[in-house]
Amino acid sequence: MIVILQSSASLMSVIGAPMLIIGGLGLIFGLILAIASKVFEVKLDPRVEQIIAALPGANCGACGKAGCAGYADAIVHEGADILACAPGGPGAAAIIARIMGKEAGAMDKKIAVIHCSSGGHNNTKWKYAYQGIDSCKAAVNIADGPNLCTWGCVGFNDCEKACVFDAIKVDEQGMRHIDPDKCTACGACATACPRKLIMLIPHDQHVHILCSSKAKNPLAKQLCGTEKPCIGCGLCGRKCPVQAITIENNLARIDYSKCIDCGLCATACPTKAIGDIKAGKRKKAEIVAEKCIGCTICAKICPTKAISGELKQLHTVNKDACIGCEQCVAKCPKKAIDLV
Amino acid sequence: MGYIGELFVMAMTAIFIQNFVLSRFLGLCPYLGVSKKLDSAFGMGMAVIFVMTLASAITFLIYKYLLIPNGLMYLQTIAFILTIAALVQFVEMVIQKNAPALYKSLGVYLPLITTNCAVLGVAILNTKAIRTDGITAYNFMDAVLNGFFSGVGFTLVLLAMAGIRERLEFVDMPKSMRGMPIGLILAGIMALAFYGFMGFKI
Repeated sequence: MIVILQSSASLMSVIGAPMLIIGGLGLIFGLILAIASKVFEVKLDPRVEQIIAALPGANCGACGKAGCAGYADAIVHEGADILACAPGGPGAAAIIARIMGKEAGAMDKKIAVIHCSSGGHNNTKWKYAYQGIDSCKAAVNIADGPNLCTWGCVGFNDCEKACVFDAIKVDEQGMRHIDPDKCTACGACATACPRKLIMLIPHDQHVHILCSSKAKNPLAKQLCGTEKPCIGCGLCGRKCPVQAITIENNLARIDYSKCIDCGLCATACPTKAIGDIKAGKRKKAEIVAEKCIGCTICAKICPTKAISGELKQLHTVNKDACIGCEQCVAKCPKKAIDLV
Repeated sequence: MGYIGELFVMAMTAIFIQNFVLSRFLGLCPYLGVSKKLDSAFGMGMAVIFVMTLASAITFLIYKYLLIPNGLMYLQTIAFILTIAALVQFVEMVIQKNAPALYKSLGVYLPLITTNCAVLGVAILNTKAIRTDGITAYNFMDAVLNGFFSGVGFTLVLLAMAGIRERLEFVDMPKSMRGMPIGLILAGIMALAFYGFMGFKI
């Protein structure tokens, strides 16, 4: 200021030098960087950018890499599995396979399922009124959570907040619903849930055990807000035609590699803890007389022995025994079985 | 005191007594952000030593031969930031082209410290620093070495922090204390411990 006041006649001479020097510095550095960027240019593998373009760009981390760019780099340079992108699904895998010149292979689409029927405003039994941070993770830290069942959903929607694909919706009753069309099985909700209620399950399965309680019978029912807990009685396991259900710690679990989606367990469960989305909608098998060649494959595959018939004779389906599992439809070599 | 003695004092001061993180409280962002794992802390530390040494050299030259002759010392902050940012960018390009292995270990950290206050801090402190005799200002060699030692001090503290935090991962502590809260408490205790070095008389 003093300098300016003393020589107010030549303002330019006061600010001229600083402008020139700082501006000149910037200009020189800019030029050096511009030249350097040409001289030291590193050619990136074009496939990396193509793969980044093919990926969804959600940076969800389902592949185990830091983000979509990291995954693309790992595919090209480290030979990472091209099927690891759950959100991109088979579509992205096919494009990546084309870029990399590899076979895409089969990709199982999965969806997330919440293994608890409680956790809403009206169907949860509370221990105390929680008034803390609006988060399941925070709530479960205080005296094992505000809900009576220490295995069940606390209902503060950490899963919904974690979902980057907007696939989890909360209804007026405070219950969470997963949109099977939007869910990409990235697993973000499963990680966010402090009670570990969410599991990724093949999307063509419709029977789920909607409980995670490890409590025994009278207690389990007292704790559960919907009174539909799994009490570990094992009836479902005995009813299952393919032995896909095991009981561990008073809790039934379905082995989805064995499950044929028939829904018998859901009808057997005394506490209605097993949810069956297709209940009542399953069609029964019917053999088309003109097409059947009597190969007996369907009779052998049928889990309930509902199909009978001699070799090279027309086979018949016992409608009362048929559970609509559609196993025979898939196996019949002549496509002679219809669903009605 | 000979030049070796002078260097010893400079090193002790930069590393322990006037440690950039725990005594001057500069560069706290990487100190808390990149101290979760020992190997990434090491990478960050190496990058800071590298950039601090280079930045000390370049900014000293800019200050002495460009700013002082023109009486523009008051522009040092903006001139230094400009210089350091351009320098780091340039170095990043050179490393990426000529030393891909070094780029892989340092590359991700270089852009992070472009405008780090510890780097700017060492450049500005170099212009004000004087030797133990109380009169002589730092020459070029002093400035470069001071930059190097300051980086070493930063790395030492970063590594100590990362080592402690790695062990804390396995400690059974209340969930609300995990992560950043215990990290901040830890930083406070470490700063108190380093405060003890202030009593040194060299």
